[in-house]
Amino acid sequence: MTDIQTISTRSVFAASSTALKALLLRDLTVLRKTFREFVLRTLIQPFLLCFVFLYVFPKIGQAVGGTHTAGAVSFATVLVPGVVGITVMFQGVQSIALTMATEFGFTREIEDRVQAPCPIWLVAMAKVLSGAAQGLLAAAIVFPIASVVHAAGVTAQLNLHWLVILTFVPIACVAMAGMGLTLGTYFEPRNIGLMFGFVILPITFLGGTYYPWTHLAPVKIGAFHWLQTIVLVNPLIYVNEGMRAAFTNAPHMHLYVVYPVMIGFGALFLYLGLTNFRRRVLA
Amino acid sequence: MTDVIIRTEGLTKVYPGMDVAAVDGLDLAISRGEIFGLLGPNGAGKTTTAGILTTRVIPTGGSAFVAGIDVVRHPALAKQLSGIVSQQNTLDRQLTVFENLYFHGRLFGMDKTTSKKRADELLGAFSLSRWSAASVYALSGGMAQRLMVARAVFHHPAVLFLDEPTAGLDPQSRLALWEMLQELNATGQTVMLTTHYMEEADQLCDRVAIMDHGRILALDSPANLKRSTGADTIVTLKVSDAREELVRLLEGLIGVVEVRVVGTSIAVHTRDMDHVVPRIVNVADEAHVEILDLGVAEPSLETVFINLTGKELREV
Repeated sequence: MTDIQTISTRSVFAASSTALKALLLRDLTVLRKTFREFVLRTLIQPFLLCFVFLYVFPKIGQAVGGTHTAGAVSFATVLVPGVVGITVMFQGVQSIALTMATEFGFTREIEDRVQAPCPIWLVAMAKVLSGAAQGLLAAAIVFPIASVVHAAGVTAQLNLHWLVILTFVPIACVAMAGMGLTLGTYFEPRNIGLMFGFVILPITFLGGTYYPWTHLAPVKIGAFHWLQTIVLVNPLIYVNEGMRAAFTNAPHMHLYVVYPVMIGFGALFLYLGLTNFRRRVLA
Repeated sequence: MTDVIIRTEGLTKVYPGMDVAAVDGLDLAISRGEIFGLLGPNGAGKTTTAGILTTRVIPTGGSAFVAGIDVVRHPALAKQLSGIVSQQNTLDRQLTVFENLYFHGRLFGMDKTTSKKRADELLGAFSLSRWSAASVYALSGGMAQRLMVARAVFHHPAVLFLDEPTAGLDPQSRLALWEMLQELNATGQTVMLTTHYMEEADQLCDRVAIMDHGRILALDSPANLKRSTGADTIVTLKVSDAREELVRLLEGLIGVVEVRVVGTSIAVHTRDMDHVVPRIVNVADEAHVEILDLGVAEPSLETVFINLTGKELREV
């Protein structure tokens, strides 16, 4: 009867919380080791965006921003929060989707990671948490740069709304990390190019980085504002509108729409990502 | 018998969309302190069995316990008790050799000091101290394998699982790994491994379960399994033509236990037979059959497998 001897184990809760700490500690160690690369890869896209749009374009007289009407905000004011938004999104893709793809793919590291003495979903959640933290860090690095790189005379009207910054930015970071998890577990490693072409690019260009959502109204067929309607499925729209509310006084989508939808996207992505992760790991 | 550390009852796995079971009603009892091997060709169900025991595969029937813990109901608890070396290199590429061990310790609840100490200790024991600060990319296949074993035993698991541990290793590293596993076993470590190398099962394991099509065909010590063939010497002939007359003549020889024909190769199982080779050669002459090649060997686990399944281990 007692031929099977039970070896004392720690409770799942105790083992899981130390495991979570160790998983985050591991990611922090890797981040510290690769901090220079992290900063460079975080800065390159925002720097180029600001350089081309806010320095080169004004210098060569390229018209960006359309015909200014009274009360219109400058293009720089539109772009700077957009750059922060797109940075947070790319961080989610880079720190999670691409890492997951390699770890599921040729390195098979995931095989070992899921042997951590905790439920499998927690392994994925640890990735989301460290991805979100990296998103926050990236936003903090990018914001000052984006507000500084521009030609003389081009200025972004920045007004910091701390309550929104402290609440919205973390939510957006978690939601985008969740999107990274969903994409990273959905696309096979060999199809990662497809992910960039058919998901990341459309999200980026139709995500309201270069224009506020409120300004899309003139694009319509008859009375139907088709573009403004279609882009509502794009999570980046809400990230950027929220960033606009956080960093500027420019017109933006109502916050009572932005917050719940952003939280909704976050929950959806976490659900999809964790489900996919489980499906990929277990047979 | 000593206490049982792994027990499965009617363990079954049918993968979705498949009409045959990968593991088919497996009953297994592995004792503490054993080196236990699952031997079989690819697709026999070894890796699926190990996968269930290590919580990565969810069975469709039956139950499995590791150290008294139901691995299906309590996977997170079961993982505390298992150390796993998988077929592929799963080392953390972004960490150094030392860090791979250190963070494993932290993951399994060791504090900073304990984990550091244990990492240094194991790097020494596995002759990896020199590589402590190196990237895991710098390691050869054999060294990476050693590090994976060190990582797997780092948290003193109740069972060390190895899935095809020497697949793709050079012969020297293979021998080194066998030695290492025997040393670990001498300190009381229970080891369960899957393999399709009969030499590995033979040399390393206390007991071997021969598997095919998800079932266990035989389970015993390698010596007993080989004894069960009833032969002590096996002569393998490669002939120009394996005609029936030759087979009949061979079967008529005193001391021949069994004659098996696979294509143009004939395996003559003999027992207590003198002058085995000349007598067989004479018989071949008598039957006007030319012998192209001839080999003499003791029965191996391969012989056992062929006896049980009628096919060779390697052919699948």
